[in-house]
Amino acid sequence: MRAPGRARKLLKDVPILPGVILLALILTAIFADVIAPYDPTVPVAGAKVFQPPFWMNGGSLIAPFGTDFQGRDVLSRLIYGARVSLLVGITGTLVAGGIGLTLGILAGYLGGWVDHAVMRLTDAWLALPFLMFAIFLAALLGAGVSNIIIVFGLVYWTRYARVIRGEVLTLREREFVRLAQVAGVSTPKIVMRHIVPNVMNTWMVLASLTVGVVIVTEASLSFLGVGVPPPTPAWGSMLADARSTLMVGYWWLTVLPGLCISAVVLAANLFGDWLRVRLDPQRRDL
Amino acid sequence: MSGATPLLELRDVKKYFPAGGARMPWVAPRWVKAVDGVNLSIHAGETVGLVGESGCGKTTTTRLILRLERPTQGQVLFEGRDVFALKGRDLQRYRQSVQAVFQDPYSSLNPRMRIGDIIGEPLEAQGGLSRQTIKAKVGDALSLVGLRPANATRFPHEFSGGQRQRIAIARAIATSARLIVLDEPVSALDVSIRAQIMTLLEDLQRQLGVSFLFIGHDLATVIHISQRIAVMYLGNIVEEASADVLSATPMHPYTRALFAAALPPDPFEAPITAMVEGGVPTALAPPSGCHFHPRCPYAMARCSTEAPELLPVDGRAIACHLYSECLSVPSS
Amino acid sequence: MSTLLHVTDLRTTYVTHGGGRPVAAVDGVSFDLERGECLGLVGESGSGKTTTCLSIVGLLPAAARIDGGSIEFDGQQLVGRSAEELSEIRGRQIAMILQDPMASLNPLLTIYDQVAEPAYYHRGARGTGLRRHVLDLLRAVRIPSPEVRMAEYPHQMSGGMRQRVVGAIALSAGPQLIIADEPTTNLDVTIQAQYLNLLKDLQRRTGVSLLFVTHNLGIVAHMCDRVAVMYAGQIVEQGPVRDLFQTPRHPYTQALLRSIPKLGSREPLYAIPGQPPDLAELPGGCAFHPRCPRALETCASEAPPETAIAARHLARCWLLNP
Repeated sequence: MRAPGRARKLLKDVPILPGVILLALILTAIFADVIAPYDPTVPVAGAKVFQPPFWMNGGSLIAPFGTDFQGRDVLSRLIYGARVSLLVGITGTLVAGGIGLTLGILAGYLGGWVDHAVMRLTDAWLALPFLMFAIFLAALLGAGVSNIIIVFGLVYWTRYARVIRGEVLTLREREFVRLAQVAGVSTPKIVMRHIVPNVMNTWMVLASLTVGVVIVTEASLSFLGVGVPPPTPAWGSMLADARSTLMVGYWWLTVLPGLCISAVVLAANLFGDWLRVRLDPQRRDL
Repeated sequence: MSGATPLLELRDVKKYFPAGGARMPWVAPRWVKAVDGVNLSIHAGETVGLVGESGCGKTTTTRLILRLERPTQGQVLFEGRDVFALKGRDLQRYRQSVQAVFQDPYSSLNPRMRIGDIIGEPLEAQGGLSRQTIKAKVGDALSLVGLRPANATRFPHEFSGGQRQRIAIARAIATSARLIVLDEPVSALDVSIRAQIMTLLEDLQRQLGVSFLFIGHDLATVIHISQRIAVMYLGNIVEEASADVLSATPMHPYTRALFAAALPPDPFEAPITAMVEGGVPTALAPPSGCHFHPRCPYAMARCSTEAPELLPVDGRAIACHLYSECLSVPSS
Repeated sequence: MSTLLHVTDLRTTYVTHGGGRPVAAVDGVSFDLERGECLGLVGESGSGKTTTCLSIVGLLPAAARIDGGSIEFDGQQLVGRSAEELSEIRGRQIAMILQDPMASLNPLLTIYDQVAEPAYYHRGARGTGLRRHVLDLLRAVRIPSPEVRMAEYPHQMSGGMRQRVVGAIALSAGPQLIIADEPTTNLDVTIQAQYLNLLKDLQRRTGVSLLFVTHNLGIVAHMCDRVAVMYAGQIVEQGPVRDLFQTPRHPYTQALLRSIPKLGSREPLYAIPGQPPDLAELPGGCAFHPRCPRALETCASEAPPETAIAARHLARCWLLNP
């Protein structure tokens, strides 16, 4: 669809470190079955419970990053946990983004009472404290990955709606939209052909920034016990399970999942930042 | 002009916009009288020029004709039928028959669509045409505006301002429109390109018999391309005449001020005479009576209390008390 | 010495994003401006007229630099000066009027503050003297009730009045040169006429020199004593206004004059083929040759030098130099 050469220009100056981290995350999640040395839900044969990582006293390469309170391999749990984080992160963002995009476009393009209604809804929704609301919904819907995704969709759509509405308000006045109206193009077609493609830049930037937020929230929910149910490994629940043991010195059970969360969120944020800068002046170049 | 039914007619059209935000129910509403009683006809195959400065209402007039706004009062008639009463197939036919070209070539084309799709869009909206037919018509339209049909696969950013404006014109003629509304089509283009586009428009009119409503603020440009001209000020037409008659003898004081302010590229002509002082007042609270009276060098007592009607005088129409009383042109 | 500004062979280049060779927005421009004279700088987008002005005044963006040539102002060389020195000269001796009055005025300061500022900093005016100076200026630019108006803010005024305030600010420190870059493009036609009248009047009274940048030949015909026509970074023709309009010698000037609609004439317009060139990809030889109706063979390979046609009337064209 794009003229050749634009793809190459787009990929220029991609930030290396965030890109590599995110790529690693995606590959790990997809190939978890192949990469992970053990089944994450089953104790490792030949290793003790609470065995430390291999470079410490008492550790061995059987379980390179140690084992948890049930003797399960931490490395495998981290790898499979990536799957959950990615799944929830991306799908949750897509659901939130989808709801927000739709409402934002409706409000921005149709204006009038639709706009008022959506904006008041957004205002009210924003008044709810995110985490509490997420917990409430999670408790209501029950445990399970798909429910968690719905929760995120319902919690995070507001930021999309606001921003997209603003963009649409400007776009609506652009001459090519007016000319489409003059030509008698139906409203749904105008939205799909003229409005949506021109807000996608903004949407993508928001999405990349939301992924980080969602992953952290998932971790928080799991930590609080209303996230992904055991025995599915999730970085947040790994933190939760291990919080009591941190004091005793079993640091690898909290620090390692914590590092993973931090790395992914940081990478997503940096990537989103880069995307925002990259996509804006490019529009001006046209 | 001939007695034939005009292609497009505006009858006493008014468009008032409510001003100010929320207000108490007992406070009288304030209105921005963007268009305040406009009568205008455009016949088949002719170019009517609409000239005026900011706030005169020419943009709102175009929006009314293009059905982007509803008139507060009055009618817009196309081939004798009320445009705002059209539905279904009739409305569709109106949409095909009346197209527009706007001022900014950089925002008239969707940057994410290919040229072929942009030009084909009105054809597609019309419905019932096969893809081959649309493609052929798009190719024809591109050729007519002087671009190769192979350009249909390219994107807007690959073209210059003048070329984009040609593409916008191609889109306007693709559906065989009978009337094209051109809102400042050359104002945003480089001077050396303007003549190209003006010549293109004249050629197209000769070839296709399409009518133009040409809106501009540059008098010389508008006069050059139009057969008839209407001068607008703060929501009213103050003078209307054929282009030749108007440029030979402008009569309304505002028209004369516009002429005096239009600087011909000729250093041997008279120096600049600013015939009027001050700026255009706001349409929110236009002056009473004749809207132009505070700035008019010939204002009389009557002008501040009574709004003059657009009356036919000597082969033209003019809204000015000077002429309803005595028919001689005052010397400046 | 009656020559106020003496520009010789000025060359200003921009770096392009994406690397590549720097683009010369101004490529060997030379002209003089006498005291009390009004010189029009005419050109389309990409001609280099704005860059020329920014080079003179030292306000080039970070991506641009003066690559060569000299700018002598009132006997002093401006090229190579430090930012502080240029800033001193800028406020005191050279002033600018730009296209958009809203962007030129600080929305948070009163008219008084903004008009007083140059005189305060560059002339040391204070107190009642300063106040009188501001009132005089506002009266000079024909703002009614200046005592009331000077306490107002820019948003309370119309576009035409704001542009007059910009004019007052420009005059405030008593400069010798005012550079006006398309000052009337955003104004209504009747307001434009008033404003140009005002500028001409002020020029006559104060003896300030005016460098007037525009794409509108009509304004040039009425405002300027001399005019320089720019194309693709060079001056292709310059001379007294009457000479240039009566006997233009460069094909671009001729074509431009024939392409403008004139009131009261139904003659078909001459449409110059093609479009203004991309400065990064200039055609070889004379930059105008692809669009020139009278191009010769040499035009494609060699750039013509500036030739004198009459006293102070010069043009760059091989047709004058066979």
